[in-house]
Amino acid sequence: MNTRLIQVGRRLAQALPSVFGVIVISFVLTRALPGDPAVYFAGDMADKESIEQVRQALGLDKSWIEQFTIYVRNLFNGDWGTSLSTGRPVTEELLTRLPASLELTLIGLGLAVFVAIPLGVLAATRPDSWIDHLCRLLVTAGVSLPTFFTGLFLVYIFYYLLGWSPSPLGRLSIVYLSPPHVTGFYTIDSVLVGDRETFFASVAQLILPAATLGLFALAPIARMTRAAMLSALASEFVRTARANGLSHRVVLITYAFRNAALPVLTTLGMVFSFLLGANVLVEKVFSWPGIGSFAIQALVASDYAAVQGFVLAMALLFVCVNLFIDVILTIIDPRVGLDE
Amino acid sequence: MQRREFLKNVGITAGASMIPFLKYLPAEAAGLSHTLVVVSGHGINSLDLHRKGTNRPSYQVTVNIYDRLVRFGVKELADGSLAYDSTKIEPEVAESWTVSDDGKSLTFKINPKAKFWDGTPVTAHDVKWSFDRAVSLGGFPFVQMKAGSMTKPEQFVAVDDMTFRINIPAPSKLTLPDLAVPIPFIINSKLVKKHVTDKDPWGTEFLHKNPAGSGAYKLARWDPGQQFVYERNDDWALGPQPGVKRVIVREVPSAATRRALTERGDADLYMNVPAKDSKEFKDGGKLSVSGAPIDNCLHVLALNLKHKPFDNVKVRQAVAYALPYKDIVSAAAYGRGVPMFGGKSMTPADITWPQPFPYDTDLDKAKALLAEAGFKDGFETTLSFNLGLADWQEPTALLIQESLAKIGIKAKLDKIPGANWRTAALVEKRLPMHLENFGGWLNYPDYYFFWAYKFGHLFNSSNYKNPDIEKLVDDTLHMQVTDPMYAANVKKMIAIAFEDVPRIPLYQPYLDSAMQKNVSGYASWFHRQLDVRSISKG
Repeated sequence: MNTRLIQVGRRLAQALPSVFGVIVISFVLTRALPGDPAVYFAGDMADKESIEQVRQALGLDKSWIEQFTIYVRNLFNGDWGTSLSTGRPVTEELLTRLPASLELTLIGLGLAVFVAIPLGVLAATRPDSWIDHLCRLLVTAGVSLPTFFTGLFLVYIFYYLLGWSPSPLGRLSIVYLSPPHVTGFYTIDSVLVGDRETFFASVAQLILPAATLGLFALAPIARMTRAAMLSALASEFVRTARANGLSHRVVLITYAFRNAALPVLTTLGMVFSFLLGANVLVEKVFSWPGIGSFAIQALVASDYAAVQGFVLAMALLFVCVNLFIDVILTIIDPRVGLDE
Repeated sequence: MQRREFLKNVGITAGASMIPFLKYLPAEAAGLSHTLVVVSGHGINSLDLHRKGTNRPSYQVTVNIYDRLVRFGVKELADGSLAYDSTKIEPEVAESWTVSDDGKSLTFKINPKAKFWDGTPVTAHDVKWSFDRAVSLGGFPFVQMKAGSMTKPEQFVAVDDMTFRINIPAPSKLTLPDLAVPIPFIINSKLVKKHVTDKDPWGTEFLHKNPAGSGAYKLARWDPGQQFVYERNDDWALGPQPGVKRVIVREVPSAATRRALTERGDADLYMNVPAKDSKEFKDGGKLSVSGAPIDNCLHVLALNLKHKPFDNVKVRQAVAYALPYKDIVSAAAYGRGVPMFGGKSMTPADITWPQPFPYDTDLDKAKALLAEAGFKDGFETTLSFNLGLADWQEPTALLIQESLAKIGIKAKLDKIPGANWRTAALVEKRLPMHLENFGGWLNYPDYYFFWAYKFGHLFNSSNYKNPDIEKLVDDTLHMQVTDPMYAANVKKMIAIAFEDVPRIPLYQPYLDSAMQKNVSGYASWFHRQLDVRSISKG
């Protein structure tokens, strides 16, 4: 167990250079963007003089090197800066919005996994059957339908025409108050205080956006499962297992799927990190107060601290998710070592 | 955590305001006559309009929760819509005011009925502190105060508790109306002073998250990125009591979702509807649409004199004759625009502003003018527009591009992201041909000319410079409208704008809002924000 911990620690240390790289790149990139935050924040009728005042107040008249040292020093003190457009600390902003995105993404991803993996496995075991064609259809739909279109389409059918779904107004309908903040996940927080009504209300709000995201995430997972299963089923150890008369179930799950799980898990890690940032459009359609729309707003306003904070948070999350996936991989497959 | 502290600070006991909200509201809040649900595309980012970086949607908070010395009246338009009346100034915190004989000082009597939410009376000292703050924090508030000749704290005098005086260097017609715009709002200075620090003498940190006013509505909660809620202040005595008790403003970024919510009846009021949806709501007949042309605002095609050949007035006139005005009004503005073309004469008959310019689509005349200018075969240029306003600017730009091609001008379209637009168009003024949409808060033609035609001023993105305009605007800006020279000067300005066309007006835009049939009292405002005080539902 101890060696495992050391391995994890070493793995984390390996991530440090890349996190530092992300800090530098996000700093330089935000400043290389054409927008000028001083002009933007000076407001509607500002003249040259007031723009200069704002520039000084923001510390943007200093050299890049100076700004960067200040930024890094603050980071070490746990100060990620203050978002100019919302006037709140970036950490606070991320902490309130990240759970919203995580909750949506995890449920969307869960839905996708729940559908995609059985579908991929079945499609691989019965190539060119109707289930294989269904798999192909869903994959093509997931890849080719833009998420905002799927989202709007679902809203149109289930909210506008049928009226089954609650109004697409973010995490909770107007009449409910958010449950007391514990995890930031409304579904969990409402269960913690035993508020059934709020729980069901937040689940109802989640269904359509999670389905939209799920359809989008389904494609790569189903494809990868199908391909990995096909190659695993065609491999020699499966043939040997079959020849030895093992049951169909054991062959499929213990031998084929366990081996196919490696690429699928890696794909899952990628899809998750990707979804978290990429669900901006879903957030827009469903008025979801998530991290994606925050990042876009910040980018449009050249809100440096907020953009950098977003990129950094994403980088850290990405590192964590990958580490987590790697650890799981070593558990599934002893051939995979963390040191590789 | 944040929200609870916030509620405490507002002075509403959290338990009392939160529980009824959940327990006693039936499933559809929009169905209740005392609750108004508003959907808006953009969220607010501060409760303090004087802070740097406060966005436009946040102005509405200031409008509804704070009072000013004076306010504009409301008038009814020909189609039954209501709109603010720039000519009528009514008392708010000031019960009366007098102007000295030399016009250089304005004295206001504070209404003893004006009370802050904590029950303390509004005094001249609060007004002075608030005004000092508006001119001291810099940025946009300073610029707007300057338009009313108010630049220094020394100009504001609290004569006694209930008398407040403003001294201005020279008489100006703009000072009084400038007190009715959102900027000079009155803050509970005693409350804020408890929270100021040496580094932050104006309490910007406190007022950013905590309201401290006397207005008709209090802010009950604010969930950034999601919603904010107004609660009526039943003690407000500076006007008729507002019709709705609670207003929930939900942030819904997608226009399609806003439309669906409004059509389904889950939202009562949809503020600032795009022209296309507004036309379809009107035709559909299920919702009422209320809107007014925005005073002193024009959508224009601006030609930059720093770029050849737009320095040649004949070329500018040729472009003005080549624009497809009718198509733009119908296809880009969906008819929700007042035409600004087809005027009869090169000299204006009156001082109405904006008024139609004496140009119309006439390709032969345009070609002839181009030939006279030495560009028989046309030329190449770029036509820039703001992606943030693509809903009207993109179709407009396409129509202009197509029409200019007919007289040999090849215009390449250049899309500029919203964040970079101000820098490129207004600050650096480097775009040869571009679309622009300035509107002046104070409704005087000379005020428009001050911002959009004077050299070096922010909205003169054409780099237009004309000594006559410079002199006329300087002479007229502070002149009373009753001055005999006023009308003559304004006519001269308009005549020069007709002749020189550095900015070619396309149309005057509308500000439209859609609402359920049972919502009444909505009025359009120059600040383009929702004033909930006049609205009732039932």
